[in-house]
Amino acid sequence: MTEATQEQLNQRVPVERIKDASNYLRGTLVASLQDPITGALAEDDTQLSKYHGIYQQDDRDLRDERRKQKLEPHYQFLVRIRVPGGVCTPSQRLTIDRLANQYCNHTIRLTTRQAFQFHGILKRHLKSTIADINATLLDTIAACGDVNRNVMCTPNPEQSRLHAEVYETACKINQHLTPNTTAYHEIWLDNTLVASNKPDEEPIYGKHYLPRKFKIAVAIPPNNDVDIFANDLGFIAIAEADRLVGFNVTVGGGLSITHGEPETYPRLADVIGYCPKDQVLKVAEEIVKIQRDFGDRTNRKHARLKYTLDDRGIEWFKTELNQRLGCSLEAPKVFAFTSTGDSYGWVAGLDNTWSYTLFIENGRIADTENYRLMSALRAIAEIHSGDFRLTANQNLIIAQVSDAQKAAIDGLLQQYGLVKANQHSVLRRNSMACVAFPTCGLAMAESERYLPTLLDKLEPIINAAGLENEPIVLRMTGCPNGCARSVLGEIGFIGKAPGKYNLYLGANFTGQRLNKLYRENINEAQILAELTPIIQRYAKERQADERFGDFVIRTGYVNAVTAGKDFHA
Amino acid sequence: MPILLPGAEQTPLNAEQHRTAQQLIVGLSPEQLAWFAGYMTAQIVNNSTLPVNDLTIAEKHDAQITILVGSQTGNSSALALQIQTLANKRSLNAVIQHMEDYPLTQLKSAQFVLVIVSTYGEGEPPDNAKELYEQLLSKRAPSLNQTHFAVLALGDSSYEFFCKTGADFDQRLAELGATRILPRVDCDVDYEASAEAWMEDVLNALSSRLGAGAQQSAISAVPVFKTTASSYSRKNPFSAPLLEKIILNGRGSIKETYHIELSLENSGLSYAPGDALGVYPSNAPKLVDALLQALHFSSAEAVVIDAKQRAIGDALLHHYEITTITRPMLQKYATLAKLEALHQLLDDGHKEAFNVYCYGRDIIDLVTDFSVRHISPQAFVDCLRKQSPRLYSIASSLKRHPDEVHLTVAAVRYETYGRRRKGVASTFLADSVDENHPVPVYIHHNNNFKLPNDPAAPIIMIGSGTSIAPFRAFIEEREAMGATGKNWLFFGDQHFTTDFLYQTEWQRYLKKGVLTRMDVAFSRDQEQKIYVQQRMQERAKELYAWLENGATVYVCGDEKRMAQDVHTALQTIVAAESGNKDSAAYLTLLQKQKRYQRDVY
Ligand code: SRM
Ligand SMILES: Cc1cc2nc3c(=O)[nH]c(=O)nc-3n(C[C@H](O)[C@H](O)[C@H](O)COP(=O)(O)OP(=O)(O)OC[C@H]3O[C@@H](n4cnc5c(N)ncnc54)[C@H](O)[C@@H]3O)c2cc1C
Ligand SMILES: Cc1cc2nc3c(=O)[nH]c(=O)nc-3n(C[C@H](O)[C@H](O)[C@H](O)COP(=O)(O)O)c2cc1C
Ligand code: SF4
Repeated sequence: MTEATQEQLNQRVPVERIKDASNYLRGTLVASLQDPITGALAEDDTQLSKYHGIYQQDDRDLRDERRKQKLEPHYQFLVRIRVPGGVCTPSQRLTIDRLANQYCNHTIRLTTRQAFQFHGILKRHLKSTIADINATLLDTIAACGDVNRNVMCTPNPEQSRLHAEVYETACKINQHLTPNTTAYHEIWLDNTLVASNKPDEEPIYGKHYLPRKFKIAVAIPPNNDVDIFANDLGFIAIAEADRLVGFNVTVGGGLSITHGEPETYPRLADVIGYCPKDQVLKVAEEIVKIQRDFGDRTNRKHARLKYTLDDRGIEWFKTELNQRLGCSLEAPKVFAFTSTGDSYGWVAGLDNTWSYTLFIENGRIADTENYRLMSALRAIAEIHSGDFRLTANQNLIIAQVSDAQKAAIDGLLQQYGLVKANQHSVLRRNSMACVAFPTCGLAMAESERYLPTLLDKLEPIINAAGLENEPIVLRMTGCPNGCARSVLGEIGFIGKAPGKYNLYLGANFTGQRLNKLYRENINEAQILAELTPIIQRYAKERQADERFGDFVIRTGYVNAVTAGKDFHA
Repeated sequence: MPILLPGAEQTPLNAEQHRTAQQLIVGLSPEQLAWFAGYMTAQIVNNSTLPVNDLTIAEKHDAQITILVGSQTGNSSALALQIQTLANKRSLNAVIQHMEDYPLTQLKSAQFVLVIVSTYGEGEPPDNAKELYEQLLSKRAPSLNQTHFAVLALGDSSYEFFCKTGADFDQRLAELGATRILPRVDCDVDYEASAEAWMEDVLNALSSRLGAGAQQSAISAVPVFKTTASSYSRKNPFSAPLLEKIILNGRGSIKETYHIELSLENSGLSYAPGDALGVYPSNAPKLVDALLQALHFSSAEAVVIDAKQRAIGDALLHHYEITTITRPMLQKYATLAKLEALHQLLDDGHKEAFNVYCYGRDIIDLVTDFSVRHISPQAFVDCLRKQSPRLYSIASSLKRHPDEVHLTVAAVRYETYGRRRKGVASTFLADSVDENHPVPVYIHHNNNFKLPNDPAAPIIMIGSGTSIAPFRAFIEEREAMGATGKNWLFFGDQHFTTDFLYQTEWQRYLKKGVLTRMDVAFSRDQEQKIYVQQRMQERAKELYAWLENGATVYVCGDEKRMAQDVHTALQTIVAAESGNKDSAAYLTLLQKQKRYQRDVY
C-alpha cells in the first residue's frame, strides 16, 4: 500500500484529511474531553470518536427549546459495544446493565448487528464508561468508523457444536481486523494495557484506514438471521456431518441510499466462491485491503465496497483477489436459507442444554410501569451460568441453560411476565425498527418510537384477513441509511420527513431479494389505505406457501429487483 | 461534499492561482470559507486591520450587498459563496452573513439583501435560521423600507411544503416594506441551473442600480445609538413594553432564571453597561384579594393617596408593599390596634423576637395574627409602606440592541408558615408581565461599575447565577466597539447542562476571540462542591499576571454567598503570587485606581 500524496488528499473528502492528520485516531480528543465550555467534542474529533465506538448526538426533542434558552443542544453520546457473534457472559451483561443506569438514559439498545448500545452519556462520563466496559473484557474500538465493524454470526443455539466452531472463526476475524493503534488505550484507559511506546502502525489498514465502514457477517444455514447479503463481506458456513469444513464467500452487500440521488442504491452481495476454513483470515484480510486500495475516497456516498465492485466488475475483483491470495477460490458449495427471523421460546440444544429466545421490541431494554424487562434480565443474569446471545433481529437468547437451571429461569420469565413478549403478534415478532429520534442525528422521521403504534393499527387488518399466523418481514427506518435493513423487508418503510414515509414492497423472506419503492412520502392514513387492499387480496389469492413478498411481485404491485442497479428502475 | 471553484476561465484567477485557491478551499468548512470571503472583501474595501468578528466586518466595511444564508446541509452556503464570487468579479461588494449570527436590527440598515435559504422538517427553516426567522415573522420586526431584497429558496418538491421558508422570507420582507428586486426563485433538489440563472438576473439588476465604483457609498450596518435627554425618571417611570421573556434554565433545573427584553423605544432613556434598571412591581392580585378578605374590605372602597382618590384594591395592587413587615409599619399598626402583644414585640427588649416574627411573614400574617375590629381602609393603608422599586443589573448594550434593555432575573419563591410565597418584583416580571402589561422602569446609573476607558485594557469578570448579567452587557459593548482589550470571564452555577446561562452566546464570543478565556464552576455536577473561587485559585498565576498587566477586576453577585469568598480568594492569590504579605493593601490600591469594582447585592 502506498500513502497518499498531499495532491491526492486534497481531492478526497474532508474526513480523509482528518484521518490523515489524526495520528492514528488521536486527533485532539483529549483536549476535547477536557473543554468545560461545551458538552460537545471539537468538530474533527466527532469524526474520530467513531473509531472509538462513540457518536456525538443531542436530544433532538430538546433542540428547539434549548436554542431559545440560549443553551447549546443537549449533547450526549452513543457508545456502541462490540459483541462478536453476539455472545456475552452474564457478568458482562450485568456490567452493561449497571453502566446503563449509572451513566446512560437507563436503557440498553440491542442493535441489528448483535451489539449493545448506550445512549445519553454526558461527555464528562465518557471516560469512566469506556474504562468499565473494557474492565469487563468487552470493548468499543472499531464499533463504528471506516474500519471493519462488529463481526456478526448466527447465534444458532440448537446446533451448539457447529456454532462453537463457526463462532470461534467470527471472533478470530473480528480480532484480526481490529485496528492496531494504541490511541484507544491511551485516551480511554490511560495507557494501562500498552507497555511499549513504539510508534503506531496499521499493517492492514494503513493510516487512512478504509474509505468507508466495512461489515462482515458469518451465517450458518439454513438461518440467514444475520442478513448475510447486506454485508460487504460474508462467510456462509459449510458443514459436513455437523462439522465445519469451510465457507462460501460473499462480497458487495450494502443497503444505504440517499433520497433523490439515484446514483446511490442498495446492493446484495454476490457469492464469489468457497474457501476452506483455515483460509478465512487471509481471504478476509485481502478483501479488506482491496477495498482499502480501490474504494472511492473522493465521495462518501460512493465509497462502499458495493460501488467498487460495480465500477470495476466482479471478474476484476476475483482476479485481483486470487492474485493477492496466490491461489483461486474454489467454486461455491450448495447452501439454502429458509428465513431471516428468529424462532422464539425454549429450544433444546445438544449436550442437553436449553436456550430461550426472547422477543425484544425494537431491541430496547428498559423498565416501564407494567413491563420491567431490564430488572427481569438483571435477575436472570444474576443466576444464569450459561451465556447470552444477541440476535441480528434485536432479540436476546438466554443460551446454554442447563436442565437443572431451566426451571429457575423459566420461573423468572413467568414472574416478570416476559413470556408475554413472545405472545405478541407474528407480524410484530417479525418486525424491526431502527433507533431514529430522539438520538439519531440523521433521522428524518420517527422509527423505534412509532413502529409499535403503526403495528397496533396493522394487526387488526392482518387478523381480519385471517393472516395472524403468517410471518411477514416488516422493517422501518427513519432515513434511507437502512439501519434496520428496511430494503430487505417484505414490507419496508423509509422515513422522508416527520410523519412521512416511503413504502417499499417485495423483498423475499430469506433476505435474498431487495424490495422496491411502491409509494412515496405518505402518512399513516395513506399507509393503511395502501396496505389494506393488498393484504386482503393476499389472503384470498395467495398460492400454497406463497410469501407476501413474492405475492406482490406475481400480482404486479411492484417488479422484482434482481440487481441493486435496478432498485430505482 | 467539498466546494469546487468554477473553472479557472470563469474566474479572475490564473491557472496556478486557481489550483492553490481550490486546494485552500477544500481544506475549509463552509463557515470558515464564508468568514474568509467576507473578511477579505472587508479588508479590500477599506483596507482596515481591525480584529475580526462578524460585527466589525458588518460595521467597518460598507457592505452594500448582504448575502443572508440559512443552510442545514450546506447547499445554500455553497451557493452564497458562488454568488459572492460573481458579485466581487463585477466589483460589487457583497458580504455573506449566516442567519445564526445576524441580529435582526442589522437588517434595518442593510441596503441590498439576497436571501438564500432552504426548508427543513415539514416546511420549517434550517436550525441556524430559526431564530432570525422567528424574529422576522414576529410583530417586533422593524419596518424595512430602506431595504431591497431577492430570495432564492432551496427545497425538494417531493415535500408538501415546497420551499416554504424561502417563500415566508420573501413575503414577510415585502410586508415590512422592503422592495423586491425580482421575483423569488424556488429550487428543487437539482438546484444548480435555476440558482445560477437567478444569480445572473440579480447581479444584472444590482449592477445597473449600483453601477461602477459601487464601493464608495457608506451605510453603517449597525445603527449608532444617539443619546437624547429623557423625560422619564425614578419619579416618572417609563412603561416599557415586553419584547421577550425566556426561561434560561434547561429542563430538570431547580433554578428559575428569566431573560427579559424590554423596549425603550421613544423613551429617550439611555444607559451604559454597569447601570441597573429600576423596576416598579405590582403585587400579586391573589395576594391582594387574600389581604382584603382578611380585613373584610371590599376592593372598591375608596382611599386617598397623595391627594388622589383610589379604590383600595388598586392601591394595594400598585402602590403599597404588602409582603414585608417593617418596624415603622408595625408601630403605626400597633397604635391602631392597641394590642398589648404587639407593643411588647416592638419594645427594645424584644428585638430578636421582632426579627423572628417578621422574617418570612407578610402583612396578611400580621392582620390575621393581630386582627383589629373596625379599622378604616384609609387608616390601614396609612400604616403601609409605599411599594419600592427593585434594581436589576442591565444585561445588554445599546450598541448591540438599540432601543432595548435586557435583564437576567431569578424568580424568588419560597414557603414559610405553611404558605407558598413569592418575591414581589421577580415574580411580577416572571408571572404577571406580558405583551399587554408593560413594566414601569427607570435607569439607575452606577458609575462604580464601568468598563475601563481604554478599550485595549484587559478585564476579568467574576459572577455566578444572575450576576452574570452585567458581564453580558460588558462583552456586547466591547464587541460592538471593536475593543481590543482581553476579556476573561469566570462563571458559576449549579449544573452544566441546565444552568449555563447564555452558554451559546459565550461560545460564540470565545470562537470569535472577543472572550479571551472563560472558566466555569458547576457546583453540583460532582461529589464535592466547586465554586468560582476554586477556579480562580487554579488559575492563580495567570490571574495575577493579568492584574500586573493592568487588568480591571469586576465582581458581581450576592455579598453573603459569593462576593466575600471571591474577595478572600483574590487576597490569597495576590499574597501567594506576589510574595507580598500585604495583599489587602494591593487590593485597596486596585480599588482606588478603580481597577477592582464590585456590584454586590
Ligand atoms: C443501532 C443501529 C440501528 C439499530 O436499530 O440497531 C444503527 C444506528 C445508526 N446508524 Fe446504522 N445502525 C445499525 C445498523 C446499520 C445497518 C444494518 C446492518 O449493518 O446490518 C445498516 C445498513 C447496511 C449497510 O451498512 O449498508 C446501517 C447503515 C448506516 C449508514 C449508511 C451507510 C452507507 O453505506 O451509506 C449510516 C450513515 C453513515 O454511515 O454515513 C448509519 C449511521 C448510523 C448512526 C450511527 C447515525 C449517525 O451516523 O449519526 C445511527 C445511530 C442511531 C442511534 O441513536 O442509535 N448506519 N446501519 C445498528 C447498529 C449496528 C451495530 O451494532 O453496528
Ligand atoms: C444593584 C442591584 C442589582 C441587582 N441585579 C439583579 C439581577 O441582575 N438579577 C436578579 O435576579 N436580582 C438582582 N438584584 C436583586 C433584586 O433587586 C431583588 O432584590 C430580587 O429580585 C428580589 O426581589 P423581589 O421583589 O422578587 O423579592 P422581595 O419581595 O423583595 O422578597 C425578597 C425577600 O423575601 C424574603 N425571602 C426570600 N427567600 C426567603 C426564604 N427562603 N425564607 C424566608 N424569607 C425569604 C427575604 O426577606 C428577601 O429579602 C439586584 C439588586 C441590586 C441592589
Ligand atoms: C429531513 C428533511 C426534510 C426536508 N423537508 C423539506 C420540506 O418540507 N420542504 C422542502 O421544500 N424541502 C425539504 N427538504 C429538502 C431540502 O430543503 C433540500 O435538500 C435543500 O437543498 C437543502 O439545502 P441546504 O443544504 O442549504 O440546507 C428536506 C430535507 C430533509 C433532509
Ligand atoms: S436508519 Fe437513519 S434514522 Fe434510523 S438509525 Fe439509521 S441513520 Fe438513524
